[in-house]
Amino acid sequence: MAKITLEELRKLRQKKQDDLQKRDIAGKDCQIIVGMGTCGIAAGAKVVLDAFLKELDAEKIENVAVTQTGCMGLCYVEPTVEVVVPGMPDTIYGRVDADVARKIVKDHIVGKKLITDHIYDRPSVDIMKNGGK
Amino acid sequence: MAFRNYILVCGGTACESSRSKEIYENLKAEAKKQGVEDVVQVVQTGCFGFCEQGPIVKILPEDSFYVKVQPSDAAELIAEHIIKGREVKRLLYDKDKASKHAQVEDIKFYQKQFRIVLRNCGFIDPENINEYIARDGYAALERALFDMTPDDIIAELKTAGLRGRGGAGFPTWMKWNFSKNVESEIKYVVCNADEGDPGAYMDRSTLEGDPHSILEAMTICGKCIGAHKGFIYIRAEYPLAIHRLEVAMKQSRELGLLGHDILGSGFDFDIEIRLGAGAFVCGEETALLQSVMGRRGMPVPRPPFPAVKGLWDQPTVINNVETWANIPVIIHKGGEWFSKIGDADSHGTKVFALTGKICNSGLVEVPMGTTLREIVFDIGGGIAHGKKFKAVQTGGPSGGVITTENLDTPIDFGSLIKIGSMMGSGGMIVMDEDDCMVDVAKFYLNFTVDESCGKCMPCRIGGKTMLGILEKITAGNGTMHDLDQLTEIGETMKKSALCALGQTSPNPVLSTMRFFRDEYLAHIVDKKCPAGKCKKLVTYSIDPAKCKGCTACARRCPVEAISGTIKQPHKIDTSKCIKCGECLKTCKFGAVSVH
Repeated sequence: MAKITLEELRKLRQKKQDDLQKRDIAGKDCQIIVGMGTCGIAAGAKVVLDAFLKELDAEKIENVAVTQTGCMGLCYVEPTVEVVVPGMPDTIYGRVDADVARKIVKDHIVGKKLITDHIYDRPSVDIMKNGGK
Repeated sequence: MAFRNYILVCGGTACESSRSKEIYENLKAEAKKQGVEDVVQVVQTGCFGFCEQGPIVKILPEDSFYVKVQPSDAAELIAEHIIKGREVKRLLYDKDKASKHAQVEDIKFYQKQFRIVLRNCGFIDPENINEYIARDGYAALERALFDMTPDDIIAELKTAGLRGRGGAGFPTWMKWNFSKNVESEIKYVVCNADEGDPGAYMDRSTLEGDPHSILEAMTICGKCIGAHKGFIYIRAEYPLAIHRLEVAMKQSRELGLLGHDILGSGFDFDIEIRLGAGAFVCGEETALLQSVMGRRGMPVPRPPFPAVKGLWDQPTVINNVETWANIPVIIHKGGEWFSKIGDADSHGTKVFALTGKICNSGLVEVPMGTTLREIVFDIGGGIAHGKKFKAVQTGGPSGGVITTENLDTPIDFGSLIKIGSMMGSGGMIVMDEDDCMVDVAKFYLNFTVDESCGKCMPCRIGGKTMLGILEKITAGNGTMHDLDQLTEIGETMKKSALCALGQTSPNPVLSTMRFFRDEYLAHIVDKKCPAGKCKKLVTYSIDPAKCKGCTACARRCPVEAISGTIKQPHKIDTSKCIKCGECLKTCKFGAVSVH
């Protein structure tokens, strides 16, 4: 007997897509996504991840989910971090270190301001947007 | 309170030199003057990678892309766009103009990249199967299991025109079709993740960023050809990629997307990881299969091809990571969609690892048919430190150089072979005026000689002999006869070596000889290395007229080859000099020179 049926997989996909649309990941509306490929880690992504967790903890900010992703392709400005905050454009920061991480929490997450000199562009359009059709 | 608009001003080097700083200041001043400083935030950003159209200004959230902006445009941008909410048409980059390479509606021309293989890299958490599923992960598998016959799958791949991304470009549908048509109860599916070219890391990043796409693709192939077992052959030096694959396999087994009776379709398929020890030759498919079976990684003659007789003499489809990553998209969106991307010769995209003397090194994925100029100068932002472009090595140790005259050649399988290079797996190393082409050829040959398995004579002895000749030339002892010999041995190896490693290893030498014969001649006739790389051919000297006698170089010299008293011109004793170049770097007066 199969563990998951076709119907169940389709339901699961719909639910996860809705979650993504609502920007509600486990009850949190902001996201910090750290690029954790080998390139990012070699450039210090682990230190950055720690800095985010510590700073969010210290500032008692609870609506932010910190997650990881693979390489975005911007190897020359690793570590890279994507910040998603409701009402603000999704932003990709490059050359992030612990100091910049703290600044992102204070200025971007709390202060709702972009941080100059660290913003980069996502390299291409997303072909999977709108359900990949 | 969040701002309503954000103005991003490109602060990349190229844009900065075309007055982006002034634009930034003006925009800030205008925002204040026109009373909207609480509504809009002006920030400087990194390079947008569209330098030829710079300076670039982007306004969010509308995503308006303004090009060739002048400092005097600031007032209008604030008054029109920010206050009245109307885009300044005059400065907009024409968004309706679709790229000439990709006829897909939503591609924006300023984003030269188009990501199929890397579609999920940087978007999803690779260790969370739900995020893959939310982005239509395993939707292709649904189709393959319930709505398609094996022949439908082959037909879809044929329509797509997908060719193997490992380097050779063999049509994928043909490979699958061969295996499908062999009658056998046991068949295998193999993923070649033994990425070994110097400077290439496309496969590693794909596996690290999107492991499920490979698992899904292999399962689809299993269904198509009638296999129930897959192997991923990956080198042990990719620990993170292995870890993510293991996590992904565990999660799909738990959900029932891998293993027994997948999605209740009655189809069984499972995958095992086999670790390689990092021998370059194991990236060659027949050697790889030997290694999977626990034998010594050595190539065996083809035919029979693995598609007919592979692992344990059973039909085996073996594809490279990048080829696999294309499969779910082709099945999900259809071969028709895929075939519209790219040019007439090659469909789809190609991922390149852009490294070397380039400003924006990184992973790039472009539609086939994009020119090298677009990759190096638009996406890559040009050559670092304002140096002059010399060549790009594609295809790693099996490929060749592409020079300035071929910068506008479209990158596809056919065109690259015509100009004496090859697609290869996707390493792209950019070289500038400081690189010696004889030295580069020697570097690659050294690599392949090191990695030769030694089974066949042309590769074992031919490579070594060619390397000896190159060493002789770079030491200043070369003769014109050596050039003929290099050509003769190289051509012989191409024809007679057993596997692709041996057949292609003379390529870097033959290709640099073809395009940079003058550099070879400089080494042989003039006994000079124009780039100053070949240590035995250069001498360092101090210009007495420029030397201030500061003693900095003498103190820096590790072998005490520089003599002279303070405030008097210094001298280099060439018999002691080891040509490390420290004095050249240390001198503040430009008195040290290399010949």
